[in-house]
Amino acid sequence: MIEGMAPADVAAFSDRAFMFASIVYVLAVLGHLVEWASSLGTVAATRDRSPVGVAAGSSPAGAATTDAAVDDDRADVEERRRLRVETAGRIGVALTVLATVLHAAAVVSRAFASDPARVPWGNMYEFTMTGALGVSVIYLALLSPLRLRWMGLFVTGFQVVVLMLANLTLEQAAGPLVPALHSYWLVIHVGAAILATGAFAVGALTSVVFLLQERAQRRTQAPAAAGSNRVSRVLLERFPPPDVLDRLSYRLHAVAFPLWTFAALIAGPIWAEYAWGSYWNWDPKEVWAFITWVIYAAYLHARATAGWRGRAAAVLALIGFATLLFNFVGINFFFGAGSMHSYAGS
Amino acid sequence: MTGASAAPSATSTRPEESTDFGSEPPGTPPGRAPGLSPFEFLRWAWRQLTSMRTALLLLLLLALAAIPGSVVPQADVAAVQVSRWKEAHPDLAPIYERLGLFSVYDSPWFSAIYLLLMVSLVGCILPRTAVYARSLRVAPPKAPRNLGRLPAYLGVQTDEAPDVVLDRARAALRRRRYRVVSSGPADGGSVAAERGYLREAGNLLFHVSVIVVLVGFAYGQLLGYKGGSIVLVGKGFANSLTQYDDFAPGSFYDPADLQPMSLTVDSFEAEFLRTGPQRGQPVDFGADVTYRETPSAEPRRHRLAVNHPLVLDEVSVFLVGHGYAPVLTVRDGNGDVAYSGPVVFLPQDASFASFGVLKVPDAQPEQLGFDGMFFPTYNFTMARGPFSVFPDALNPALSMLAYSGDLGMDEGAPQSVFELDTDQLEKVKRADQRDFRLDLAPGRTVRLPDGLGSVRFDGWQRWVKLQISDTPGKAIALTGMVLALVGLMGSLFIRRRRVWVRVTSREGGSYVEVAGLDRSGSSDGLVEEISRLADVVVPAGEEERLR
Repeated sequence: MIEGMAPADVAAFSDRAFMFASIVYVLAVLGHLVEWASSLGTVAATRDRSPVGVAAGSSPAGAATTDAAVDDDRADVEERRRLRVETAGRIGVALTVLATVLHAAAVVSRAFASDPARVPWGNMYEFTMTGALGVSVIYLALLSPLRLRWMGLFVTGFQVVVLMLANLTLEQAAGPLVPALHSYWLVIHVGAAILATGAFAVGALTSVVFLLQERAQRRTQAPAAAGSNRVSRVLLERFPPPDVLDRLSYRLHAVAFPLWTFAALIAGPIWAEYAWGSYWNWDPKEVWAFITWVIYAAYLHARATAGWRGRAAAVLALIGFATLLFNFVGINFFFGAGSMHSYAGS
Repeated sequence: MTGASAAPSATSTRPEESTDFGSEPPGTPPGRAPGLSPFEFLRWAWRQLTSMRTALLLLLLLALAAIPGSVVPQADVAAVQVSRWKEAHPDLAPIYERLGLFSVYDSPWFSAIYLLLMVSLVGCILPRTAVYARSLRVAPPKAPRNLGRLPAYLGVQTDEAPDVVLDRARAALRRRRYRVVSSGPADGGSVAAERGYLREAGNLLFHVSVIVVLVGFAYGQLLGYKGGSIVLVGKGFANSLTQYDDFAPGSFYDPADLQPMSLTVDSFEAEFLRTGPQRGQPVDFGADVTYRETPSAEPRRHRLAVNHPLVLDEVSVFLVGHGYAPVLTVRDGNGDVAYSGPVVFLPQDASFASFGVLKVPDAQPEQLGFDGMFFPTYNFTMARGPFSVFPDALNPALSMLAYSGDLGMDEGAPQSVFELDTDQLEKVKRADQRDFRLDLAPGRTVRLPDGLGSVRFDGWQRWVKLQISDTPGKAIALTGMVLALVGLMGSLFIRRRRVWVRVTSREGGSYVEVAGLDRSGSSDGLVEEISRLADVVVPAGEEERLR
């Protein structure tokens, strides 16, 4: 596909694949939305039925047969609803797979869109594109072993937002690298940073859901709120229990943290020493990478001490992710010229 | 997080959640000073400082304290921005100065935080190491009486004799790299096993390595230096203090220690994209240099480029920038040549439109000064005025204003070569009283009004900005960081587990109980491990109970 094509054609192919990937992600979001809407219906039906059931128990014996028929009917309706939820969810996942394939095609062809071919993370647009692909791939890879179906709406929604923002604000035509990036450390340093960012992103997503879930659990357990909180019930039904989410989030962060340590505090300084003559320059990007590292280090410490499990740890993880995002977006936009990393920006 | 409480108690079967630096010493309620005697107070303060809560707080404080340094320009990174910032904010500047916001990372408050953190770290590591060293010599604790209470438990009945089963259990556990001890009565017995001792070792290694990194970093900061010098292509650089445009030594660095290296920049090429949407983006640039490590050494050649520095024993040379130096000849009012040579102009944007200043103190009867722009590829529109469309010198042009009067160079105060002190200078005016602007193409001469002289634009040269630096202790910091990563992975991914196998004679065969406990805070996969182990120990057993 690449052989015999001019770089400009390959670039055009990449842009098109990117566009189609975005469209299919939107369709996948729709699939998962239907899944969610249907399950909201399921819970509503369950709730509506309970008072009727009580009434049936206290009604004269003559009414029992009709009630049983109604119950049968309801079970049937319920079954069909469940089927609809399941089908919509499966369609969402199938579309996500398709979108990820297109997304991967966009990333790979982007690498060949400049002459000579190079890693597809030479500027922020490409970094975003490749990092987002990492999130999709991690999600799909862990989908069945960790039963991550509940994450579908969030992952696809995340992709739509990220790809849209990348396209609107970061887009850059394909081209060769600036001389500062002529180094194999670009592959190592930025590659590790992309992997770490992807894992932190999925970890942050899990922490958000954990917080929602934990709140939903408290709400439904509160006596005053009994039966009145439909959304909380759906959350509790569709998401894994909080302790499972908490553990999952910890494992993701435990994988991401060493990667980040390597990317920001080993590969980065080695390259900086090589390119700028000093392995640590207090460049804004370095400072914020360090801040991110410190906060995630605090998270892992806090998590390891019994008292900080759960909500406090999740909040800390989200603060860490916020600094990561700020480092990625904020530094390039607000400090642009002041940062030695600014060639990665616009 | 003082060590004593973290000692693994030999008989405990309680799942210990924290193997990280953690628990508070028992009996000391945090946040309240118990006794008031000086010794007790010191001990209390030490415990507070080395407590997990304080360490966490200090970590977060360190993150918070690092922020201003990324927002306010830093003197040692961007001195020019600092002076610009000070000019733009005359009211805030003294306050910021006093708070040390222009050099956050050397400021007392930043240092205080990381020094406290280091003390807290040491206060953690020492007792923890002692506890760990002791725990290494302690055998895995004996099987608790009621194994059924453990988080993973399995009971199996088999026809085999207890000895056979126990032997198999020992072998299986050793294969799984458990440390195994046996005990028990003759009619049966039990095996206790533990593995994952390296988890705590990794944890300690990580924390020690962090200190090593900080020491290496401080060493480099104190004993290293970093300087910059602009060198015209064709000219040379000798490594002595006078040759530097800027020089930032560490506190303990002696400039007499500069390695007597010298180099000549033989040539320089820059290539830019000429077509496409990224037109003007640099493709490659580099300089060929000839260098001598010592004055008596053989000259050698090196291609200096970004990511391709010249690395010598005690000094490294980096190509960090390049630009243009128009060559000018100025004749004064008497017709004498008052200046002739290249003038370094500093690039202002990606198109290399460059700003420069020429001071001619030797001009008679009045001193002359010029400032203005050099455009490598000149273009002009009514909306933008003059600008450069391309970074390469395809159509170079010079556009400057002229001044006459006193340059103020005799007053002793040091002046920047990139700034005219216009206090005692007057702009040269045309006959119609508008500013006289010199617009020059290479090879052209312009006569200044009022018989002040003339300026000839002879051509242009290129210059390169070299950064010359030495950072000792790099190897210490790098080794520390790599060890920190290794330790970190050990402390995160090694599982510390205890397993007990108890065999009792029953019904002519044996009743085998296998139980496990995770001591690293996560029981993921524990039940599976115990059940797999039971399958190996009692291949033909009949499972009775599984949790």
